[in-house]
Amino acid sequence: MTIRRRPLELTVNGRSRSIEVLAHHTLLDVLREDLGLTGTKECCLVGECGACTVLLDGHSVDSCLVLGVEADGASVTTVEGLAIDGRLSPVQRSFLETGAAQCGFCIPGQLVSAHALLADVAHPTRAQVEEGLAGNLCRCAGYEQIIEAVLIAADATDGDVIADDDLAARSAMLRMLGDRAATPDADLAPQ
Amino acid sequence: MRPFEYERPSELAQATSLLAEHGPEARPIAGGTDLIIRLRDGSLRPRVVVDVKGIDELDGDIRDDDGYLRFGALTTMTEVAANSRVKRDYPALVESALFVGSVQIRNRATLVGNMCNASPAADTAPALLAYGALIVATGPSGTRHLPLEEFFVRSGVTTLARGELVVAIELPNPTSPRGSVHLRRTRRRGHDLASVTLACAVTPDGKTRIAYGSVGPRPVLAIDDSGRLADPTLPDTDKAGLLDQLFAGASPSPTSMRASPEYRLAMLRVLGLRGVKSAIDRLASAQA
Repeated sequence: MTIRRRPLELTVNGRSRSIEVLAHHTLLDVLREDLGLTGTKECCLVGECGACTVLLDGHSVDSCLVLGVEADGASVTTVEGLAIDGRLSPVQRSFLETGAAQCGFCIPGQLVSAHALLADVAHPTRAQVEEGLAGNLCRCAGYEQIIEAVLIAADATDGDVIADDDLAARSAMLRMLGDRAATPDADLAPQ
Repeated sequence: MRPFEYERPSELAQATSLLAEHGPEARPIAGGTDLIIRLRDGSLRPRVVVDVKGIDELDGDIRDDDGYLRFGALTTMTEVAANSRVKRDYPALVESALFVGSVQIRNRATLVGNMCNASPAADTAPALLAYGALIVATGPSGTRHLPLEEFFVRSGVTTLARGELVVAIELPNPTSPRGSVHLRRTRRRGHDLASVTLACAVTPDGKTRIAYGSVGPRPVLAIDDSGRLADPTLPDTDKAGLLDQLFAGASPSPTSMRASPEYRLAMLRVLGLRGVKSAIDRLASAQA
């Protein structure tokens, strides 16, 4: 059988991308390997852990369960698209303030799910946050801080800003951005 | 993942002809939340994957159609659970759809796909059976409607003919008040496959429709029209005997990792009594 690449046009974090992909590569593969966006994490590959969560046309999905070719014409938002000009979103800031990031590996998926939840329900109850993030596992078991962070973000105002030059927060903030240098899969990042 | 060809036809006839041409070598993909796992673990090795999401004739709409509520093949679990009409007339379907996976899975997984995957544990199957769902299938020789209970054969196998594609599911509109509920037993709260799943619907004519899954090769529908199960005054000890007859179709696998056959059958009886009671209570409040 001939394995041919197929054209794929999609918008990722607001930027139009036009590439060629293999049909059996997932959206997760495309984001990480073809586009170098390693904030989205690869973990269970069966849709249980949520580390690969992205927004596909505004809806949260496990990108390990979407073929890259299925995303043709779609708009994708990854964790890298949550901060604007290096300025953290309210959800990212409140994750930072509550210490919700421990090892940081699950945080990009948690953040994307939290964004999707708050876009849908501006002021969720604790039960709604638990259900909204039920598809995102944290092996550090930082659930209390994560849930607290989402509840705080729902009530945050633009005044609650952490200065980008706060060195104590710098490492944790990199995790909020899904930055490869701060996460355990740094070796896999394209050079 | 093993390589495969990917086709995204824009017309239904192209899709059914691809499926007819390749037979078991072709697999349709809608939400993909089951299929992609099986493509990756190698338990399915199709030569062609046919994406049905570009087909003009298919949609993800939930709409009235001549006495039925029709769910297009692309309707996701999230859309099912959020629909006000479904919430009002088919609450057990909403309850079961909300049990499927996580938000991310429900945003992608389709109601029709949950049937076509034909898992004995398919969360939405009992509710659809209890509500009298019809499968609408289109193939090379036209379109046919068949009751959902004639659709399942065993895990992963349906009565769809070569080249046929399910284009919609239809639920008859309720003709009277109805009390209905979906219950399930899992190993843990949250994201898990069902050890036992059950839906029950009771109507004022005394008819009880009870459907159950994850206790045999396929979901099963059983009907009691004696009026006794639906009788709020009949004691549970009498109902337990009636339910045992309705549960004759249960034959849980002894090799499943999730639960022993003894446990599943015991829990099926518990869910049966709870389901009947809850459906009767809901019917009473619907009539109040």
